[in-house]
Amino acid sequence: MRFLTLVLSTAVMLARGTEVPRYEPSGQQSAPTAVPHRIISLVPAVTEMLFAMGDGANVVGVSSYDHYPPQATTRPKVGALVDPDVERMLSLRPDLVIVYSTQTDLIARLARAHVPMFSYEHAGLPDITATFRLIGARVGHASEADRLATGIEQALAGIRARVAGKPRPKTLIVIGREEGSLRDIYASAGIGFLHDMLIIAGGDDVLGELKRQSVQASTEVILTHQPDVIIELRVVDWNDVRQQRDLDMWRALPSLPAVRTNRLFMFGSEMMVIPGPRVAEATRILAKALHPEAFSQAAEVRRSPSS
Amino acid sequence: MTPTPRPADARLSSVVAVRTPFMRGIPIVFGLFVLMIVSVIAAPFIGPTRISAMHVFNFRLPFADNVDAQIFFIARLPRAVAGAVVGGTLATAGVVFQGLLRNPLATPYTLGISAGASLGAMVAITFGAMLPFGGVPAASLAGALLAVAIVYALASARHSGLSTTVLLLAGVTLNSFFSALILFVQYLSDFAQTFRALRWLMGDLDVASYTPILSALPLLILALVAFVWLARPLNLLSLGADAAEARGVNVVQTQRVAFLSASLATGAAVAVGGPIGFVGIIVPHLVRLLVGADHRLVLPASAFFGAAFLVICDVVARTLLSPLELPVGVVTAMIGGPFFLWLLLKRR
Repeated sequence: MRFLTLVLSTAVMLARGTEVPRYEPSGQQSAPTAVPHRIISLVPAVTEMLFAMGDGANVVGVSSYDHYPPQATTRPKVGALVDPDVERMLSLRPDLVIVYSTQTDLIARLARAHVPMFSYEHAGLPDITATFRLIGARVGHASEADRLATGIEQALAGIRARVAGKPRPKTLIVIGREEGSLRDIYASAGIGFLHDMLIIAGGDDVLGELKRQSVQASTEVILTHQPDVIIELRVVDWNDVRQQRDLDMWRALPSLPAVRTNRLFMFGSEMMVIPGPRVAEATRILAKALHPEAFSQAAEVRRSPSS
Repeated sequence: MTPTPRPADARLSSVVAVRTPFMRGIPIVFGLFVLMIVSVIAAPFIGPTRISAMHVFNFRLPFADNVDAQIFFIARLPRAVAGAVVGGTLATAGVVFQGLLRNPLATPYTLGISAGASLGAMVAITFGAMLPFGGVPAASLAGALLAVAIVYALASARHSGLSTTVLLLAGVTLNSFFSALILFVQYLSDFAQTFRALRWLMGDLDVASYTPILSALPLLILALVAFVWLARPLNLLSLGADAAEARGVNVVQTQRVAFLSASLATGAAVAVGGPIGFVGIIVPHLVRLLVGADHRLVLPASAFFGAAFLVICDVVARTLLSPLELPVGVVTAMIGGPFFLWLLLKRR
């Protein structure tokens, strides 16, 4: 039954992601103003932020899912969302641990050890830059963090401007599917940063009316919603043959506009699904897939003086 | 029913003097067959999206342009067929396991087959993206076959025949062992994979094409032939191995055929729809209430009723919260669990 407990708590955690974001620098009692020099980040998005703002040298431990930037992979791994290794963490003598707000057990244990914490919960796109600034202020890189966050906001605004006024294709973002079939399809729905990225990239979220981060989409739901574009995000990058073979599975649903016009895309990169500093880059990739004409070379040249 | 004087061995007489109850059961079996056909035909017309039959069967419109026809033939009909095939298979496999183990609580999953299938599926879900090939159904079937092979080898190792005690013990132990391995694989997987794996365990009939059903069919037909042959020997086996032997049943052979056919059928069904629970236990018990204990009636009746039951459960699963979908395994459990408890109370 431990398995059931594990999966249920996972499901609960996934569900909680839909709540309103809450950012609170925890561990107030132990001098929150002190600039930390030994940071452990269990959140890949925040790890990326720390490295981006030039605080990478102070990161002494990362989660087992941290692969970027390459320097982050040299740090000791201390578990992740469901399996944080408290002993390992304490042995690294951290003066700040970045935790998910749902890791209540871990938070309680670290609080008993008087370890300061920064509680993270990922939600919509605006929360990414908000987190950026908060964590920047907490680790003493406020101005650099603000500069980067502003950069992301400007880049996003730039993308929004580029696709402004263009027809918005109804887009389905698939975040998981059984390889070699149209089974077990999970799609991004009307809440969360993927949804926000899609809107900025000039797409219409075909499942936008479902106010959840993700849903399981049956073939019937997809046939009914008739997406103009299907974008699949995968964490692992496959070779072109395998990717194409898997995309071809959609041809079983020939009535979909996306299939008829061959607007089927697959992006295999962690970048697309980590709400961190690379989010503008990821949004641009989406926008380019949806509106290639706005990002053609001619369009780039015309734009470059202004941006 | 006219009270007839019963001989001392009532159980024996109920099997030997089956003529009348058997004839009486045939219309019920036929009724369940009709129920199955009706549910498979009706199910594709029911769903969150309204489709018109006129449109669906308007063959002048090219299929590629006919959304209604695609919803009918791609999204819904394969589901209904898969539901019928999986439901019928699990229910009959349940009957065979209950007869083989002479235990009314046996299910198709008692002997570790679903745990093996689940382990295979978990491995495919977790490591599939890294491997040069994918395929959850194939991996699940491979896992099921592995479990069957281990249990079979253990149960026949130290006996000339097949020891049902060892079968049961080995199966239950393998169940726990594979569950532990599943935990281990889960531990190595990331979040999205864990979630998908969990979802797989709840069962899903949205097969989206006929390929999974067709690939399971050879095994299922093989099992079906075995089930037809098994009906009589299983009747006699219910008297006990010795009594059956005395009546000319080759007990060891019967046990082997029963174990292998029911296991392979279960493995194939789980590969199509995931380990959908309760069908394999409540359907046989319900059917026995209707037609008695004669396997010549119970087996076909369970096949038809199991098929209809799962098809109807799947309709509930995809319409209740539409456009969201309930896992069909959750629906069978919600209906099956309380119903089975009620059945237990009522039969007292």
